[in-house]
Amino acid sequence: MKNFLTCTDGSPYAPSVYDHTAWAASRIAEASVHVVHMLDPHRERAAIVDRSGSLGPDTGEELLAELVTFEETKNRRAREQGKAILAAAERHLRKAGVANVTVEQQHGELVEAVTRMETNADLVVIGKRGESADFASQHLGSNLERVIRASIRPVLVSSRTFTPIDQFLMAYDGSPSAEKAVEFAMTQPLLRGLRCLLLRAGRIDENAEWYLQETAAKLRASGFDVTAQSAPGEPDEIIPETIQRENIALLVMGAYGHSRIRHLIVGSTTTTMLRTCPVPVLMFR
Amino acid sequence: MQLNDISKEWFSNVPKDLIAGLVVALALIPEAIAFSIIAGVDPQVGLYASFCIAVVSAIAGGRPGMISAATAATALLMITLVKEHGLEYLLAATLLTGVLQIAAGLLRMGEALKFVSSSVMTGFVNALAILIFMAQLPEFAGAGWQMYAMVAGGLGIIYLIPRLTKAVPSPLVCIVVLTVISLAAGLDLRTVGDLGELPSTLPVFLLPQVPLNLETLLIILPYSIPIAVVGLLESLMTATIVDDLTDTDSNKNRECAGQGLANIASGFFGGMAGCAMIGQTVINIKSGGRGRLSTFAAGVFLLILLVVFGPWVKLIPMAALVAVMIMVSIGTFSWASLRDLPRHPKTSSLVMITTVLVVVITHNLALGVAVGVLMSTISFARKAALLMRVGTEIDESGEHRTYFVTGNLFFVSAGAFGRAFNFREVVARVTIDVTRAHFWDISSVAALDKVVLKFRRDGVTVNVIGLNEASATLIERVAVHDKAGASDSVPLH
Repeated sequence: MKNFLTCTDGSPYAPSVYDHTAWAASRIAEASVHVVHMLDPHRERAAIVDRSGSLGPDTGEELLAELVTFEETKNRRAREQGKAILAAAERHLRKAGVANVTVEQQHGELVEAVTRMETNADLVVIGKRGESADFASQHLGSNLERVIRASIRPVLVSSRTFTPIDQFLMAYDGSPSAEKAVEFAMTQPLLRGLRCLLLRAGRIDENAEWYLQETAAKLRASGFDVTAQSAPGEPDEIIPETIQRENIALLVMGAYGHSRIRHLIVGSTTTTMLRTCPVPVLMFR
Repeated sequence: MQLNDISKEWFSNVPKDLIAGLVVALALIPEAIAFSIIAGVDPQVGLYASFCIAVVSAIAGGRPGMISAATAATALLMITLVKEHGLEYLLAATLLTGVLQIAAGLLRMGEALKFVSSSVMTGFVNALAILIFMAQLPEFAGAGWQMYAMVAGGLGIIYLIPRLTKAVPSPLVCIVVLTVISLAAGLDLRTVGDLGELPSTLPVFLLPQVPLNLETLLIILPYSIPIAVVGLLESLMTATIVDDLTDTDSNKNRECAGQGLANIASGFFGGMAGCAMIGQTVINIKSGGRGRLSTFAAGVFLLILLVVFGPWVKLIPMAALVAVMIMVSIGTFSWASLRDLPRHPKTSSLVMITTVLVVVITHNLALGVAVGVLMSTISFARKAALLMRVGTEIDESGEHRTYFVTGNLFFVSAGAFGRAFNFREVVARVTIDVTRAHFWDISSVAALDKVVLKFRRDGVTVNVIGLNEASATLIERVAVHDKAGASDSVPLH
């Protein structure tokens, strides 16, 4: 565990993404950070609209020329801006003490790039919201869910600003992705030395309680200072409440345990957590 | 991931897709009516077809943002079928066309478009434009000066309104203004209502009333095959145009199957066969349409407009329709190809013009394309054959001549190869070095054998070197050792 893949778009969230990256890098010896900035021309959306609906001689060729000229200027500027964003990212990370920083600009969609590049990375860092999502504070970045769903690595989703982390809340529901989070905490250095609040929310029965204590014992055995809590009720409400009450600075959880179909109907706990908890979230799939 | 891709293809561009769909639907109505007239069926056949094909191809097609509906290219191929056997056989032929196109998609024929050179494609669109224009001429027959004035006025509106405002589709303004003028002035002009049934209800599922036997199949197959071929050709060409305009990729094989499904739906709901439309697709992209929603919306708006404004559609004078179709014809024709005629290679221009001529004479786009492809293939083979050289050198003793063969050896260049050797010269030994030659077929191998035998008869010792490398291009033999990297051993020039 030493290679980080950090995604930036130069939005107001970007400095916080760098801070979270620097925090993670500081906990690991010889960490190296690769910052990627995507030039996504959003070809699935139309930039120029002309509703005249008429066809003149060679309208197709004229339209192509018009689109090329328009995008040429726009994307040249985007490339320059991207270069500046990456230079700022590198400065920020070096100042924060990360020695090993590389930057890269790519054409295409973030999700595809992350899927391609994360094979060389151990952790993906991304902002909770991006350039296109600041108009509503409850609105998540357009790429976030897609990246988390597609990613095979743990994803650290940074919050608006970085606050020092000394304690994390691990939302434990016994699912395979939650087990993955426990496994990660025990074997990887990232969370080592932090206090752990192990929380089981939802329907609590004897079985659930037993698993909770078992997991707490496992974590204690690998050196964590663990407080285990079980709270009957809706996880969507209990987890944010606990975070606020206990002044937790990091949420660790398994992501998107349910099917897409269920997600369409009842929504997803993961998305709700990301939206309502004002802390960074470390996600496991 | 899959669900994300679906939502991206459908919902990335919602407001613009909806408005573009509306602009397209408004232009689809006159076109669907006009193409029904070409095919010789009631306007409702083309309108139902346009609805079904647009909606189904939006879901099943491989190119988001492309508009498919009833088209001139396919309508032109069904005229005789309708005249001789009637509508029910047309519906059956439409279903068969769909089946053939799905088969083409499953057989990955979407890749086959690469065999159609750009000259043939230009010839195709030019011929299509000419045929659309020619199909409007009968409307002028026996018409008074009012008809000419109305069409000229309509074209004026279509091309001048965009200079004032780009917020409303000018073809729509043309139709509305001409309809109002003809009603207000009480002009005695033919209207859409005179042409036959217009849809008053939603399309209903119907099985074509034809006997299910071999005889029926033999009647419809000769129509279904060219319709399927031309439909796929225009669709794949249009898909390429959208690929270029939007700088995105499309799935050509899925598009073939999607066109097939769309035609099957059309056949079951009383519509004729159609395909992608070059002009409408350009209008859609120009109006801001990008996603599948734009195509879907075009189909749905088309039906809503018909049901709501049906009684008024009847009143549209043919002059307005003719003006819109002349616009489509102007927009479909590749005027740049005329400009480039002197600059392009003569053979390419010849292929383009021949394609156009064959289509205009036969009214069959499939035939024109076939002739065009044949011509461009022959012209390519002739040019590739020029890439063959035989160099030669003789050693100091004057007894040993070496021939160095380079380039493409195949049936076209085999003759020139045979003539490149000097059999009159008296030498003791001849070496033929074919290391840097490609033997593409057995004609070329036979030509080499002949040369060797001829030398041997003269008592010359012949030595051929490098044959293994050269014959690696014999595809059959490469196929025998069909291993990864087998073709890597083909010598490069």
